[in-house]
Amino acid sequence: MISEIGHLTLAIAFAFSLLLAIVPLIGVHRGHGGQMSLARPLTYGMFGFTLISYIALTWGFLVGDFSIAYVANNSSTLLPWYYRITAVWSSHEGSFLLWMLVQAAWAAALAVFSQRLPLTFAARVLAVMGMIGVGFYLFMLMTSNPFDRTLPLIPVDGADMNPLLQDPGMIIHPPLLYFGYVGLSVAFAFAIAALMGGRLDSAWARWSRPWTLAAWVFLTLGIMVGSWWAYYELGWGGWWFWDPVENASFMPWLIATALIHSLAVTEKRGTFKSWTVLLAIAGFSLSLLGTFLVRSGVLVSVHAFASDPTRGLFLLSFLGVLITCSLLLYALRASKVVSHTRYDLMSREVMLLGNNILLVTATVVVLIGTLLPLVHQELGLGSISVGEPFFDMVFMWLTIPFALMLGIAPLVRWRRQKIGELKVPMLQMLGVAVILAFVLPLIFAEVVSGLAVLGLILAFWVLWGTVEELRMRVAQREHKLPAMVKLGRSHWGMVLGHVGFAVMIIGVALVQNYEVERTVRMAPGDTFTEGKYSFEFKTLEDRIGPNWVSDAAVFEITRDNRRIGEVVSEKRFYTIQRQIMTQTGLQVNPWRDLYVAMGEELGDGSWAVRIHIKPFVRWIWMGAIIMAFGGILSASDKRYRLKKKRPKVTGNVTGNVTGEGSA
Amino acid sequence: MNPKLRLLAFLTPLFLFLGMGVFLFTGLFSDPTRLDSALVGRHVPNFELPDLYSPDRSHNQSIVGGKPMLLNVWATWCPTCYAEHTFLNKLRAEENVYIIGLNYKDDSRAAAVNWLQDLGDPYEINLFDQTGLLALDLGVYGAPETFVIDAEGIIRYRHVGDLNERVWRDEVGPVYYSLYEQGER
Repeated sequence: MISEIGHLTLAIAFAFSLLLAIVPLIGVHRGHGGQMSLARPLTYGMFGFTLISYIALTWGFLVGDFSIAYVANNSSTLLPWYYRITAVWSSHEGSFLLWMLVQAAWAAALAVFSQRLPLTFAARVLAVMGMIGVGFYLFMLMTSNPFDRTLPLIPVDGADMNPLLQDPGMIIHPPLLYFGYVGLSVAFAFAIAALMGGRLDSAWARWSRPWTLAAWVFLTLGIMVGSWWAYYELGWGGWWFWDPVENASFMPWLIATALIHSLAVTEKRGTFKSWTVLLAIAGFSLSLLGTFLVRSGVLVSVHAFASDPTRGLFLLSFLGVLITCSLLLYALRASKVVSHTRYDLMSREVMLLGNNILLVTATVVVLIGTLLPLVHQELGLGSISVGEPFFDMVFMWLTIPFALMLGIAPLVRWRRQKIGELKVPMLQMLGVAVILAFVLPLIFAEVVSGLAVLGLILAFWVLWGTVEELRMRVAQREHKLPAMVKLGRSHWGMVLGHVGFAVMIIGVALVQNYEVERTVRMAPGDTFTEGKYSFEFKTLEDRIGPNWVSDAAVFEITRDNRRIGEVVSEKRFYTIQRQIMTQTGLQVNPWRDLYVAMGEELGDGSWAVRIHIKPFVRWIWMGAIIMAFGGILSASDKRYRLKKKRPKVTGNVTGNVTGEGSA
Repeated sequence: MNPKLRLLAFLTPLFLFLGMGVFLFTGLFSDPTRLDSALVGRHVPNFELPDLYSPDRSHNQSIVGGKPMLLNVWATWCPTCYAEHTFLNKLRAEENVYIIGLNYKDDSRAAAVNWLQDLGDPYEINLFDQTGLLALDLGVYGAPETFVIDAEGIIRYRHVGDLNERVWRDEVGPVYYSLYEQGER
C-alpha cells in the first residue's frame, strides 16, 4: 500500500513538472500575470509530492518491505536502521529518486527566494526547472521505478546493502554531491531564462551568483567526502583515482569554478556575458553527461550502476534534446550581445580569462581522458589506455600557470594595471615563496624533493599573494583591522577560496612526495618501527556486528617511546553479501596520518599488515573545506540579500540594463 | 564581425556537442567490455619481462600454452581491478583456473607486491610490465583486461573490464571450457 502511494505521488509530481514547464511560459508569452504566478505553487506541488514518494520508499526500507524489489535487493533484516535510511540511495533507482528530490528541493528554494526577481524572469527560471524535471520524472517512471514489486514471490530476507556503502561517509557523500550536481541546474535555468528574455546583463549575473556558489559549495564538499571515504574505506591509502565516475563529478566542478569567476566579471564589469552563459550551460550539461556515463554502462567503473541500454538511450535522448535546444538558443541570442567594455592586456579581466581558459582546458583534458577510449574504439583506431600517470602529469603542468596567475590576479586592477606598481609585491611574494619552500623541507624532512619544493613555492606564492592583497586593500586606511573586517563577506570568500586552494596544494605536494608505505608480516606481540614511529600489534579480537563478523587487530603506536595512541584495524566479513571489507585503523593529527590496514592472514597467526605514514594528507580535505567555507561566505554576502526592491519589469523584456559597476 | 560569421562562431559549441553525441550514441550499442583485438586468433606476441617478485628472473613467450589459461592485465591504480580481485582468487581456488598476471604500468613494484600480499595472489606467474611493452603489443585498452589463451598459445578471446560471476558464466567461462573440450577431441 505504502509503495503504491509512493508510485502514485511520483506520477503526480511528474504531472506538476509538466504543468510547470508549460503554464508559466504561456503566461509570459501572453503577458498574463496570473499564469506566471502559478509557477510557484506548481513548484511547491512538485516538491511536496516528490517528498511523499521519497518518504514512502524510505518507509519500505525501515519496515523491511521485501515485496518491493528495490528494497529486497538492497536491504536485509540484519541491516541497522540508520543504514536502512541510507540504503535508499545505495543503488540506481533509489539514488535517482534522491536526485529528483534534490532537484525539486532546489526548485522550491528558488520559488521561495525569488520573490524579488521580476515576475517574468522568475516564471521563466522555474519553467526551465520544470522542463528538466519532466525529463527526469519520465525517466524514473519509464525505466527505473523504485516501487516495482517482487509479487507474488516475496523473498524472506533481502540481499543486503553493498557493504562498501555501509559507512558514515556514504551517508553524506551522495546527497552532497547531488545537491551540487543538481544545483548547477539552477545556474543553467538562470542562463536559459536570461537567453529567452534576451537580457544578459549584470543583474542576471548577480541573481545567479549566490545559487551558483551554493551549488559549487555542495559539489566541493561532496567530492571531498567521496575522496575521504575512498581513502579509509578502500584500504589502500589513495585519495583520488581518476576513475571515470570521479571524473564525472570533477568536470562539473571545474566548470563551476570557472563559472563563479566568470560571473564575477559579468556582475562587476558587465563583460564576458556570452561566455558566462555558455559556462552555465556547460556546467549542467556535464553533470547530465556524468549521470549518463554512470548510469548507462558505456564506461567500465567500480562506481557504475548496473547497465541497461534503455536507460542509456533515454538519458542520452533527454540530454541531447536539452543541450541541443539550449546551445541553439545560445547561438541565436548570445551572438547578438555585444560588449562595449574595454580592458588592457594587464588587467583583472585578462587574469580571470586566463583562469577560465585553464579550468576549461583541464575540463577538456578530463573529458578526453574519460571518453577517448570510447571514441577511439568507435573510430576503429584501435585501443589506447588512459590512466593515472597521464592525468597526474597533465594536471601538474596545468597547476603551475594556474597557481602563478592566481597569486597575482587579486592584486591586479580591473581594466588596466601598470606592471611597475606590482613589481615590489611580486618580488616579495617570490622571495617568501622560494625561501619557505626550500627552508621548511630542509628543517623538517630528511630529503628535499624537487616536486615538493615546486608545490610549496606555488602554495606560498598564492598565500603571500593573498596577504599582499589584503594589505593593499587597507593600505590607505587609518584603522587597518576594522577596515579589513569591513571588506565584506564576498571579499573574504575569495580570500578563503584561494587560501583553501593553497592548503590543498601543500597537502598534495607533501603527501605525494613524502609518504611512506610498508607492508610487513606481523603476529600479535610483534613491533614494527619506521622512523620515529613504532607500531605494536597488541591483540587480535573477534568482533561481531549486526551483519558482519570481523578480525580486529589492536595496534599501539609510540613515537620516540612515548605512547601516542591505539588504533583498531579490522578485516570485516559481511555475512549476507559474503564480502570482505577493510576497516582502516587511523591515528591522525594535522601533520600526518598513521594508517594501518590489515591484509590477509598468512597462517601461523601472522598477518600481512600495511602501514602508511602520510604527511599532510588531511590538508587536502582541509583545503577543500576552507574553499567551501569561502563559497558559503561569498554566497551570503549582503548585496545578494538586502536588495532594494527594483521597479517592476513590465512586458518589456529587452533593454533595462542595470549597469551597476563594482558592487 | 559579420553577423552570419558571428552566428556560426556561436554555433560551434552546438556542433562540438553533436559530434560528441554521435560517439556516445554508438558507444551505447557497442559493449565496451567486448573489444575486438587484432590479435584474437593469433599467437601471443614474443616478450621478455621480469618477474614481479624477483627482478632478476625473467619470463618469455614460452610460459604461455600447454593448456588453456587466462592472462589478466591489472594494476594497483585501477579501482576496478580491486573489485575484480576477489573473483580471480575464487576462480583459482574453486575452478583451478590457470591465470598469468600481467602487472601493467604500476607505480612501483612494491605497491604491486603489497597488493598481492594484501588481497591474495591468484596468479601462477606474475609478469611485471612497467613500461607497458607487452600490453602495447596486446593492444591493451586499460586495466583490467583478460585474454583467454589456448594450449597452442593462441589468443582465443579478449574481455575488457572486470571478470565477475556473470561475465564468467555467460562469456569468458564458456570460451575457456570449450578449449578443454577441443583439446580432448
